Amino acid sequence: MIRAPAVKDGTVSKTMINIENAVVSYREDVALRGVSLKVRAGEFLGIVGPNGAGKTTLLTIVNGLGKLLSGQVTILGEHFDPNNGHSIRKKVGYVAQVQNIDPRMPMSVREVVMVGRYGLLGLLRRPASHDWEIVDEVLEMVGMTELARRPIGHLSGGEQQRVAIARCLAQEPQIFLLDEPTASLDWRAKTDILELVKLIHDSRNLTTLVVTHDLSALPLACDRVVLMKEGHIWGEGSPEETLTDDKLSELYDMPTAAVRARRAETTLA
Amino acid sequence: MDLTIFGYQFMQNAVLSVLLGGIACGTVGVFVVLMHMPFIGVTMSHAAFAGAMLGLLAGFDPLLGAFGACFIAAAIIGPLADRGELGPDTSVGIIFSLMLGLAFLFMGLMPGTKSGALEILWGSILTNTRSDVILLGVVAAVVVGLVTAFYKEFQATVFHRDMALAVGIPATVVFYGILFLTGATVTASLRPIGGLLVFSLILNPAAAAYQLTYSMKRMFFLSAGFGILSGLIGLLMSYLFNIPSGATIVITSSAIFGIATVISPKRKVKRWQHQPPLEVRQ
Repeated sequence: MIRAPAVKDGTVSKTMINIENAVVSYREDVALRGVSLKVRAGEFLGIVGPNGAGKTTLLTIVNGLGKLLSGQVTILGEHFDPNNGHSIRKKVGYVAQVQNIDPRMPMSVREVVMVGRYGLLGLLRRPASHDWEIVDEVLEMVGMTELARRPIGHLSGGEQQRVAIARCLAQEPQIFLLDEPTASLDWRAKTDILELVKLIHDSRNLTTLVVTHDLSALPLACDRVVLMKEGHIWGEGSPEETLTDDKLSELYDMPTAAVRARRAETTLA
Repeated sequence: MDLTIFGYQFMQNAVLSVLLGGIACGTVGVFVVLMHMPFIGVTMSHAAFAGAMLGLLAGFDPLLGAFGACFIAAAIIGPLADRGELGPDTSVGIIFSLMLGLAFLFMGLMPGTKSGALEILWGSILTNTRSDVILLGVVAAVVVGLVTAFYKEFQATVFHRDMALAVGIPATVVFYGILFLTGATVTASLRPIGGLLVFSLILNPAAAAYQLTYSMKRMFFLSAGFGILSGLIGLLMSYLFNIPSGATIVITSSAIFGIATVISPKRKVKRWQHQPPLEVRQ
């Protein structure tokens, strides 16, 4: 087993992510309008909100790929500036939304997971047997050992997602970001992936941020939920406080009765 | 078959050119195919051609003009493709037509015979000088050297640029590097292969290799091998039947692609998937 970054007693509540008044804009659209958020070490944070609320943008400023117009982001005590993006990103694992992968891409599952270690290895260094051991270990953790030598393009959506999570783990990150990890997966795969994410979060003492539309599964996993709307943090609190029918009705601009009916449907599904 | 012709220096230069050109074109071709950017490559070769025409017109070395134009085109195409404000195909298409327009403008302004211009358009491997061969050798060595030294960075960027960035690889620099290497390869191949035809030698061997393997390393070797093979067979045909070498090289590379597509195991994906995974088979 790989050692997770050690969390010493007394440092558990250390601030891992500190976002102060972040403003991000893509051309004319403002994606984040002065968002401030602190995330402590070991927290599991759910981010919920309608499409276009700025959820993905919030994740991209944590891994430094999103460009701030103003405000400040501090990750693990370091400010992002144009020069240290690559070094901070090595400590932040990012699982993007499900991507279309060329079915004929000449790379195996194992090689794709190894890409997660490339940043850590640095320039001009090749993966050693120790790195391949880590890759095989994380593949086992996500249940993909049997498919390790398959071409990456031949996997199903759920399998691709497991590979993306394995790639992220191979990176041995301290912060784990997932953008709709269960989107476009079937019901069984959805619950499996969220359980896997929770398991990994707990066993490796990670700080985890998950953007999801999967409200039924959130309360099981999250310590805290952030509700986003129109580029603002619109509310936050425990899953019980935030994921009420009334709050969701306001967040999604839907009558409470409709929210209740839909939630009942998805629970049954 | 009388092969004493290979004793002459012009023929040795020609053979060396197709060897080195095959390696350089085959290697950058892998990027062009895997990153789905054949149009960007075509545009680079037209930029090189326009630059060479400017050189001929203004009286400086056409290859210098070609290098300059390639670098400028890469510097414009990179950000245009990245920002996606117009959609990469539209913006690259505009640059492509502009380059073609400039090339014809410079050609039209040229006084007297246009044989120098036509030579660069169609290529003429048999009039290569030693310095052409040396330039191609330097470019091939730089391309292969960089790909070998930074293989993992290239591999990650080709697989997925955003993902490569997210794990801490300078993927943007790598992407621009790929564009510049493509430009340099096009420029160095301009005289032997020709501005119009060089792109087939970049695309076809890599596309053929792409049909045959699921290993990126093997794809690089196969692609360079097919590039060399296209060049040697094309050269031989050109000599035997007294036809233009650029044309025979490109037709040979297309034929190799055709054969690779027919025998490609990737067309039989379904059957392959029914096999148990490797571990079980062993």
